[in-house]
Amino acid sequence: MEAQTTPLNRALYPFKLRLQLWGRNSLNLLRELGKQPSALLGGLLVVLFVLMAVLAPFISPHDPTKGNLREQLIPPAWEKEGNPKFLFGTDMQGRDLLSRIIYGARISLWVGILAVGISASIGTALGAVSGYYRGWLDTLVSRFADLLMAFPFLIFAIGMMAFLGPGFTNLLLALTLKGWVVFFRLARGAVMAEKTTEYVEAAKVVGQSNPVIIGSEILPNIFHSILVLGTLRMGSMIITEASLSFLGLGIQPPTPAWGSMVADGRDYLVTSWWIATLPGLAILVLVLSINLFGEGLRDILDPRLKVE
Amino acid sequence: MRAVKVLERLLATIPIMLGVAIVVFLFMRLTPGDPVDIMMGEAGYVSEGEIENLRREFNLDKPLHVQLYLFLAGVIRGDLGNSYTKHAPVSELIAERLPATLELALGALIFGLVVAMPIGIVSAVKQYSVVDRVSMAGAFLGISMPAFWLGIILMLLFSVRLQWLPVAGRIDYDASLQAVTGLHVLDSILTGNKAALISSLRHLALPSVSLGAAMAATVARILRSSMLEVLRQDYVTLARAKGLVEFLVVTKHALRNALIPTVTVVGLQVGVLLGGNMIVETVFGWPGLGRLVVQAIFSRDFPLVQGAVMVYAFTFVMANLIVDVLYTYLNPKITL
Repeated sequence: MEAQTTPLNRALYPFKLRLQLWGRNSLNLLRELGKQPSALLGGLLVVLFVLMAVLAPFISPHDPTKGNLREQLIPPAWEKEGNPKFLFGTDMQGRDLLSRIIYGARISLWVGILAVGISASIGTALGAVSGYYRGWLDTLVSRFADLLMAFPFLIFAIGMMAFLGPGFTNLLLALTLKGWVVFFRLARGAVMAEKTTEYVEAAKVVGQSNPVIIGSEILPNIFHSILVLGTLRMGSMIITEASLSFLGLGIQPPTPAWGSMVADGRDYLVTSWWIATLPGLAILVLVLSINLFGEGLRDILDPRLKVE
Repeated sequence: MRAVKVLERLLATIPIMLGVAIVVFLFMRLTPGDPVDIMMGEAGYVSEGEIENLRREFNLDKPLHVQLYLFLAGVIRGDLGNSYTKHAPVSELIAERLPATLELALGALIFGLVVAMPIGIVSAVKQYSVVDRVSMAGAFLGISMPAFWLGIILMLLFSVRLQWLPVAGRIDYDASLQAVTGLHVLDSILTGNKAALISSLRHLALPSVSLGAAMAATVARILRSSMLEVLRQDYVTLARAKGLVEFLVVTKHALRNALIPTVTVVGLQVGVLLGGNMIVETVFGWPGLGRLVVQAIFSRDFPLVQGAVMVYAFTFVMANLIVDVLYTYLNPKITL
């Protein structure tokens, strides 16, 4: 059956084509990823963590914020004095550690996704515009980026949290205010390189306006580099959030965050090692999976980023 | 000629530092809350006169641009203001704690490089061997691990369970050490104090490893990947064909070029060391600048936080300058 050549269909055709290509590319990508065992493992674990976070209210055995002081400091179930009711034991307030770890995944994942997403969007937008138009805007933003790069990442984040105060939104602000720089540089460099290609010239000759060229022609071609960079940065964002929460500058109690849980456990390290150790292990496994997946993605999409 | 270029680069860091100072100042002034209210927070009833005095003392009664000018003028003189809570000049407080932080950072840097360099080189030369696979797996773990957790695990294992190493602090209380540089390890060597040397090394061990592990992992990975690329080059094959000993081929020819991207990464990692410093010092109770800053943050002591952030940024900029200079030695094609 032929598709009708109504005006609507004609207008939608390039987008339909794009969507089909996108779908096919994604399937190819997944197939390639499937061939790499480590990337597959990483991806699977990430999916598990996401499911864990999303389904937290349904799968967590207890309330993560309510604790019974009579049930405090119970070791994990596999230890001698353990209790199968509390698989990972309880903390100093009698709260179930497993439930807290499950809920903690929400914070870590949410921060990771949002921080990377916002940084990538801002950085790419600024980078594309700067790289394409150059001129005073480019100089201004590049100098500002250089200035921001004078601060080590954690110092900047800690300093910002010091001034802004703790909390989720401030944390995001602190992470994205410095995070956009890497994406900016990547996008800017890539756009500057793409600008000299033939298809861009062709688009100009045809009469496409500049914003359309940037959006429809160039951006899809640099998208994969940004995706890879974003995945690789997510791990460090999550670790930074955990570190800030550990210092008490990030997520505040009673919201369970893995970093602050490790901090809580420090005072009980000698007698109740599980309170500090297990949440940290969760961080390690999550970041490890993200990195495994990200590296697999990079090997397929953009080996150029290997020596960064 | 090179000295002139270095001087030029040094002068070029001044606008950057100026920018840093302005950014830090703006953030402090633009945050919600009156600094005087913050200072007076716990003090209960305070008279109007005292509040006014405080305002004048900290120049808070002047317009913003005047405050900025006074602040910058102070910074150039080396005056970073006075701490809100400790009633002492910020520069003094920082200088007091700086040697401890420097020692930790150096310890971590040395540990990181000593571990990463051989691993990176051997992994590349013997690609896909057991050494390579194990090292890269370990390095991968290293970059995925939060430093504070590693510190706690090491503390649990070596200090609590095995009791081989001390838990916190820089040196045993009873070790009488003459202070020359402020760096305990160096001082014990300089004054020939063997007991102090052992004590300070034992205290330095775990914090350095916790701080340096992530850096070691990153550097090992990048060194390996650069070495692999370099070893494929034609000039390496030529060197081998000339009959040059493999060791010399690797070190004299390949390594020198592989170090180029590696050194850049090390420069960036110094920033990670400076930041992670705060965390490791908190974990191990290390009496350095990092711990001071964390305490200052909680006591809302803005001048102290501000001064410390600037010191860190300055150190980072200097470290990258050193990296750039090193770069020109490694790659003669690049001039400063």
